[in-house]
Amino acid sequence: MRAQFVFSEIGVGLRRNLTMTFAVIVSVAISLALLGGALLAGQQVNQMKGYWYDKVQVSIYLCNKTDAATAPACARGAVTGQQKREIKADLEKMRVVDKVYYESSEQAFKHYKEQFPDSPLAPSLTPDQMQESYRVKLSDPEKFEVVSTAFSGRQGVHSVQDQKDLLEDLFNLLSGMNRAALFLMALMLIVAGLLIVNTVRVSAFSRRRETGIMRLVGASSFYIQIPFIMEAAVAGLLGGLLACGMLMSGKYFLIDQWLREQIPLINFIGWDSVLKVLPLVLAVGVIMPAFAAFLALRKYLRV
Amino acid sequence: MIRFDNVSKRYPKQNHPALRDVSLEIERGEFVFLVGSSGSGKSTFLRLLLREERASEGQVHVLGKDLNRLSNWKVPHMRRQLGTVFQDFRLLPNKTVGENVAFALEVIGKPRGQIRKTVPEVLDLVGLGGKDDRMPGELSGGEQQRVAIARAFVNRPMLLIADEPTGNLDPQTSVGIMKLLDRINRTGTTVVMATHDQQIVDQMRKRVIELEKGRLVRDQSRGVYGYQH
Repeated sequence: MRAQFVFSEIGVGLRRNLTMTFAVIVSVAISLALLGGALLAGQQVNQMKGYWYDKVQVSIYLCNKTDAATAPACARGAVTGQQKREIKADLEKMRVVDKVYYESSEQAFKHYKEQFPDSPLAPSLTPDQMQESYRVKLSDPEKFEVVSTAFSGRQGVHSVQDQKDLLEDLFNLLSGMNRAALFLMALMLIVAGLLIVNTVRVSAFSRRRETGIMRLVGASSFYIQIPFIMEAAVAGLLGGLLACGMLMSGKYFLIDQWLREQIPLINFIGWDSVLKVLPLVLAVGVIMPAFAAFLALRKYLRV
Repeated sequence: MIRFDNVSKRYPKQNHPALRDVSLEIERGEFVFLVGSSGSGKSTFLRLLLREERASEGQVHVLGKDLNRLSNWKVPHMRRQLGTVFQDFRLLPNKTVGENVAFALEVIGKPRGQIRKTVPEVLDLVGLGGKDDRMPGELSGGEQQRVAIARAFVNRPMLLIADEPTGNLDPQTSVGIMKLLDRINRTGTTVVMATHDQQIVDQMRKRVIELEKGRLVRDQSRGVYGYQH
């Protein structure tokens, strides 16, 4: 394999079809940026869900020492061991309750640290400031009210929270946007694929003299096809790099510069998540066009 | 070198076969003219040799290989032992003479050192020594055909297939090309040449194979062109 020969052929091919190459690069870039964006949005949702979101529907937070001063429900002080045993026993007696988990303050502290690693509160926080809680999985997720009325205001209970209530609307919105992004991505990928097929067709036609001679003198079909496939792969790689640039500037300008200041409470995805998505974006950017070119060659190039 | 055993070739959607029941043998080192009017099956004959087509019936052996049974991925290797020359030269107009010849070696992955050494040698052999850097467009038809022959011969093939190589050339230039092909033949390369050129066939007095409507109608050593237009 003479690498120099192949690379000069690729350069010639890409320049000959400059407008088409440009269209391929842009459509690949847009579809991959949408793919990356959808993946990152998924990660954002997972990050916001935290440890308990998908496991339980109801959280019963119990009073700790510091709550006595701040929360009226906890005026009588921290929850006692006796109260905890009663609450647990009553929960397990209820029909709608499927499963009861207990989260100690140490565990709560650990989960908090995992979810908000760089929260400004984290350094000053200690495990005994966290509330113990019972996390309840319902057999019927809609029956939150039953648990809520039974335990709100009870001795030692700080509050009862419907886990879904808080974030469900936001998540629904995000997943809807996600689906739209994936749909658009699929559409753009099809457009990119068709553009590539067309590029290969034009390219095969304008190089038919060369490929005809290559065939006659006994060049292997791999050798004949590789410039076309590499042409598509290089265009795809450029599109992939463009998509990476779009994702990184999205992270920087949209999240870091804007959203983080607008909504400081949400823990946004970090650079590590973005950097993990980029190799995938590049790989799809190279492999998909190369494969499309390979399929097109079977139709438009006799070897 | 070449053996046809009861070879027929039918193209889809055509009533008459392009070749019917052709059997013949061509030995190593022979020079063979293939004659016949247009549509007689000459091109099909050559395409079968090159394995551009497969025989519908019968067997085609070239260089000791049964081409019907040769798998597709082995065809390029088989073609490296053949050289091909056409009426329309088929040179790359944007490459120099030297690059055109080198192209045939580059695309089969020959090392650069070898290419640098062989290309001038073969250009000398075809009488174009020192014209490496000229563009095909600057050359006469006869010279262009010499470039094509150089490209076909640069890999030292066992068999040279020529499809009307003098079809676009004036009689005097044609004689030059035939002398060159004869010289190549004398190095031991088998030459199969399809032609309409009566004068050349009559002059050379080589074996003549005549096809008519796909049938082999004459196979004559030291033959002449033999039929009137």
